Amino acid sequence: MKNKTIFLDHGSGGLAGQELISGLFLKYLGNPVLSVLEDSAVIETGVGRLAFTTDSFVVDPVFFPGGDIGSLAVHGTINDLAMRGARPLCLSLGMILEEGLSLADLELIVISIKESTEKAGVPIVTGDTKVVPRGNGDKVFINTSGIGTVSDRVSISASEARPGDIILLSGTIADHGVTILTRRAGISIKGDLKSDTIALHRFVQTLVEALPGAIHTLRDPTRGGMATALSEIAKTAEVGMEIEESGIPIRPEVEAACELLGLDPLYLASEGKCLAFVAPDRSRQALDIMRSQPEGKDAAIIGMVTKGPAGRVVLKTAVGGERLVGPLSGEPLPRIC
Amino acid sequence: MKHLHEFRDKGLASSLATELEQLVDGPVRFMEVCGTHTMAIFRHGLRSILPEDLHLISGPGCPVCVTSAGYIDAFIKVALIPRVTIATFGDMVRVPGTSGSLAHARSRGARVEVVYSPMDALDLADQHPEDLVVFPAIGFEATVPGVAATILEARRRKRKNFAVFSAHKVMPPALDALMSNQGLQIQGLLCPGHVSTIIGAKAYKPLAERYSLSCVIAGFEPIDILQALILLARQAGESRAEVGNAYPRAVSWEGNVRAQGLISKVFEPVDAEWRGMGIIPGSGLALRPEFSEFNALERLDIKIPKTPEPKGCRCGEILVGQCLPPDCPLFGKGCTPLEPVGPCMVSTEGTCAAYYRYGR
Repeated sequence: MKNKTIFLDHGSGGLAGQELISGLFLKYLGNPVLSVLEDSAVIETGVGRLAFTTDSFVVDPVFFPGGDIGSLAVHGTINDLAMRGARPLCLSLGMILEEGLSLADLELIVISIKESTEKAGVPIVTGDTKVVPRGNGDKVFINTSGIGTVSDRVSISASEARPGDIILLSGTIADHGVTILTRRAGISIKGDLKSDTIALHRFVQTLVEALPGAIHTLRDPTRGGMATALSEIAKTAEVGMEIEESGIPIRPEVEAACELLGLDPLYLASEGKCLAFVAPDRSRQALDIMRSQPEGKDAAIIGMVTKGPAGRVVLKTAVGGERLVGPLSGEPLPRIC
Repeated sequence: MKHLHEFRDKGLASSLATELEQLVDGPVRFMEVCGTHTMAIFRHGLRSILPEDLHLISGPGCPVCVTSAGYIDAFIKVALIPRVTIATFGDMVRVPGTSGSLAHARSRGARVEVVYSPMDALDLADQHPEDLVVFPAIGFEATVPGVAATILEARRRKRKNFAVFSAHKVMPPALDALMSNQGLQIQGLLCPGHVSTIIGAKAYKPLAERYSLSCVIAGFEPIDILQALILLARQAGESRAEVGNAYPRAVSWEGNVRAQGLISKVFEPVDAEWRGMGIIPGSGLALRPEFSEFNALERLDIKIPKTPEPKGCRCGEILVGQCLPPDCPLFGKGCTPLEPVGPCMVSTEGTCAAYYRYGR
C-alpha cells in the first residue's frame, strides 16, 4: 500500500480496485471460495450448490434515463448470480440514507425495486435501513445480496475459458456508462441515450439449459467495461484472445457520445449485457438462442480465445490494424453503479 | 456517425497503406506533433499497417505533458486554499507534481471538480457564489478561444468569484525551438488538426522555409492520418518541403480569424516553460492587464515554483522525440497509469500512456 489513502480510482472497477482487493482484502480474508474472485461465490452445501453474491450501489445521479439506483441494485445482483449459471432465489436489501433525502424520492426508488423484483421473480426477503447525518453520505446508497441455486451439471467460471472458444456478446456496449457520464457532465446528446439495466437470469438460463456444458464462461461487463472483463478472464484462464472491433455492437448515439467526450466505449459499463465463451461447435446455436430473446436481439460474435500468450487480448481494429486491450487503469470514472 | 465509418474504412485504409508502402523506399522519420494524433494512431492500430521504414516520433503536442511540474504544484497549492474550488479538465486530476496530484489533494479534502468546458467552470461559480472557482487553463490554440470567450462572459455576468490560472501555450514558437535542435533529423511534421483550425495552415510556412521541413496538417481519423502521411512521404521522395493540408474540411490557410481575435483580445504572449524544452520566448499566454480581476495568479498572488522533474522520469526527452517510452527505465515498472511518475503516463494524449495501454 504505497498510497496511504483511498482514491476514487480504487472504485472504478479497474486495476487500482484489483490491487486493493488482492493487496488488502484477500491478504487478510482470502480463502478458496473468495479468492477466485468470480461474480458470485458457489458454495457446496451437501444438499446441492448455492451461489451467493453481494454488491453495493452508489450511482450518481440516483435517477437516470432507463432506470434508477433501485432497479440497478436489483438487476446488478441478479446478474452476478446469473453469470455463474445460477437460478436466483432471493435478495437482501440494505439501505443507507442521507438525512434530508426526500421521502418522495425514496418512495420512487422503493417502487422501482418492487417493479424490478416482481418482473424478475426474485423477491427481497430481508432488509436493513440506516440513516447518516447530512453530508456523511449522498442521498442513498444501496447494498443488495443474492442467493441462487446452481445445478450440479453447470460449471461456469472465468477459469473455464479455453483456446478455440468463440466469444459472444449479448448486445450493445457502453449504454449505461455513457448515459451516466453524459448526464453527470450535463451534456445533452441528440438521440436516445439510456441505461440498459435489465435482469439477465432468464436469458442466461435459456442459453445454459439449451446447450449443456457448452457455455464455459459468462461475465457481465459492468464497471471497467468489456475491455477489463476480457483482460481479467484472459488472465484467470491463462489464455489469449482476438477480438474484431467491427463486430462489437454499439448504438450509433453511444458511439457519437464517446467520440465527443473522448471516451473509449470498450471501457464503459453495460448493465444488461453479457459476454459468453462458448464451445466452437455450439457457437452458432448460442448466437441464435441469444438473438431469439429480447435481451439478446443485438447479440454478435466478437472474437475467439487463443492459446496466448496468457492475458494478451488483441483487438483487430475496424481500419485493419492491431492493438492490445488492457484492463482499465487510472481512468477516473467514478460512481457509475 | 455515418461519416465516422467512412473515415475508418478498411478497404480504403488498406489501399492507402499500399500507396504509402510504395512511396517509402528508405528510412524516414516524421513527427506527429499532437498527442491526439499519437493516441489515434495507437488506438486504431495504425502502426501495424505502416511501412517498416516509416518511423513516427511523438512530439510536444500533449498540453498536460508539457506543463511543467511547477505549475502542477501551484494548482495543488491553490486547490488546498480554503473556499477555493478547482474546476478542471479530467486529464489534470491525476497528473503528479512534486508531491501528489490534484487527486491526492481531493482525498485530503480539497475541492476539485471535473468539468468538460471552461463555461461549465463559470456555471459552477454561478452556483457557488461563496467560493472562488479557479479554472487551470491548460491547452494550445484550440482550447484558448473557449477560455477567452468564458472570461468575456464572466465579465458580462459580473462574476467576481471566477478566475483563470493560465498555463496556455502556443505551438509555433515551440516547434521552432524544437526544429532548431539539429539532432532530431525529422523529415516532416504531421501537424495538429485542432490547433490548425485556429492558427491556419499559414502558421507553418516559416517552419517549412527555415528548416526545409515538410509540414502536413492532418485530421484525427485513420484515413485522415494515412492521407497526410502519404503527402509527407511524397514530399520526402521529391525532396520538397512545403506546407500541405490533408484536413481541408476543417482547416483553411488563414485559420479562424474570429477565434484569433478572441485570443488576442484577452491574452498576450509571454515566455513560458515547457517540460523538456525549458523557457521558450513568446510561447505562453497570460491574461491581459485589463482582465486581471479574472487572473488567478494575481488574485491569489501565486508564484510558479522552480521544481525539478521527477527523478528518473524521461518525459522531457520523450516529448521532444529524443527517446521512446520503452527507453525510460521507469516505463511500466515504477511508472504506470495507476501510479504515474510523469505526466506522459497520465494524460489521455500522453505518449507513454499510449505505449503502455495499446502498444506493449
